[in-house]
Amino acid sequence: MDFELMINSFPKLLNAVVVTLKLLSVSLIVGLFIGLLFAILRLNKNIFINKFAYGYSYLFRGTPLLVQIFIIYYGLGNFIGNNEYLKSSFIWVILKEPYWCAIIAFALNTGAYTSEILRSAFQTIKPGIIEAGESLGISNKIIFYKIQIPIAIRQSLPAYGNEIILMMKGTSLASTVTLMDLTGVAKYIISTTFKPIEVFIVAGGIYLFMTFVIHNVVKFLEKKYSFN
Amino acid sequence: MNIFKKTIFSVLFSLLVMGNVYADKIRIGTEGAYPPWNSKDESGKLIGFEVELAWTLCRYIGKQCTIVEQDWDGMIPALIMRKFDAIMAGMSITAERQKAISFSQGYADEVASLAVMKGSSLEGLDTPAGINLTKPDAAAKKALKTLTAALAGKTVCVQTATIHQNFLDSGDVGKVNVRTYKTQDEVNLDLASGRCDAALAAAVAFSDYAEKSGKPVVLTGPTFSGGAFGNGVGVGIRKDDTELLKAFNNAIDKARKNGDISRIATKWFGFDASM
Repeated sequence: MDFELMINSFPKLLNAVVVTLKLLSVSLIVGLFIGLLFAILRLNKNIFINKFAYGYSYLFRGTPLLVQIFIIYYGLGNFIGNNEYLKSSFIWVILKEPYWCAIIAFALNTGAYTSEILRSAFQTIKPGIIEAGESLGISNKIIFYKIQIPIAIRQSLPAYGNEIILMMKGTSLASTVTLMDLTGVAKYIISTTFKPIEVFIVAGGIYLFMTFVIHNVVKFLEKKYSFN
Repeated sequence: MNIFKKTIFSVLFSLLVMGNVYADKIRIGTEGAYPPWNSKDESGKLIGFEVELAWTLCRYIGKQCTIVEQDWDGMIPALIMRKFDAIMAGMSITAERQKAISFSQGYADEVASLAVMKGSSLEGLDTPAGINLTKPDAAAKKALKTLTAALAGKTVCVQTATIHQNFLDSGDVGKVNVRTYKTQDEVNLDLASGRCDAALAAAVAFSDYAEKSGKPVVLTGPTFSGGAFGNGVGVGIRKDDTELLKAFNNAIDKARKNGDISRIATKWFGFDASM
């Protein structure tokens, strides 16, 4: 064990956490909106809208995140990059950058899972609660925003906490499209020191700490918004 | 009972013998993704200059060999952790790597070069045909200055953990935006799509790609050798494996004398890259 290397690589890895957290937070925020939108579409009575939303979640939950990143980064990149017309368009400005490719892949992926989490949360809301609102003469819109959404969010907190942790670990795949996140920097250090065990132990420790923090924040929120 | 014992013993004995056979085999690690040095054919079989050379060297050593596939970025760690006994993967002999492993004498040499897509502003740089960085002369220093100016703010793509990455990180051509990839294939893809302004690798890796893909990839600037680019490509061996190192050095001597290395090199590179 090369403890000196572990100590020396720690600050470099800590710097890279910024990239990891940026990837995580941006994709979670975008993914939450996507998730909420598709959860609502899933509950729609129109069969086409319903099936469309189901197809999206099925597609992104049924394929590996790494494959999704590669299709967006190399697949679309190769297709657009070799097409003169598309290359001069706005799409290429975004897809040219590995950062945005990673964000798009992560957001679409977490969006699919989030839509399922929120959908099941909506469905657990007892009809009696909505009926209570209706009997008080509250409009459907307000019932939805003020009653259904808050309850659904509270219901989905434990599952969503897991999703945040899964996504945090998923961001390590950004290193496969040249981004220098925590895993990317760890690999870079290994490429010059040839000591993967030491460096990955430190990187793993940092991931573990982030999981610890996320887990406890979610637990705190669960307690704070507990029904009891 | 007796038969039972006999069976047990014969099974144990055969296991022991088989174990010995395996220990006697030299396991050689290669990447299989860096043509023409080493690559794979359509059926997934490892082919290339080093695969053929490995079989030749093993014949001279007089031992059986197996060739093991290993991702490039884990090559040296895998050798150290005894997943195989020798590296033949277009790995240049550099001082940095020699801190971790030993190298046999060089068996082939390659020059590195920048590549761009046809029509790039980086095409046709005013530099000599080739520069050696071991003791850079005035012309080489001037070429580095020209490159520093031309590459400022540009994105240059390389495979991770390579001499090419080391060179760009060394600051000899100023501050360029370095992007690292797991394989050379991925570098080629992003060069062709336009995500990279330029790429740096073995010159033959680009000409091989241009030929196979039909993409207008062209070399630009000088070819590089020496300095961060090392002193030829050799067999990587664990530091404590002095016997094997000696065996490989002898085998390379014999293969060179009999013309095997230049014959195989000419076959795969189209020119004699042996040394």
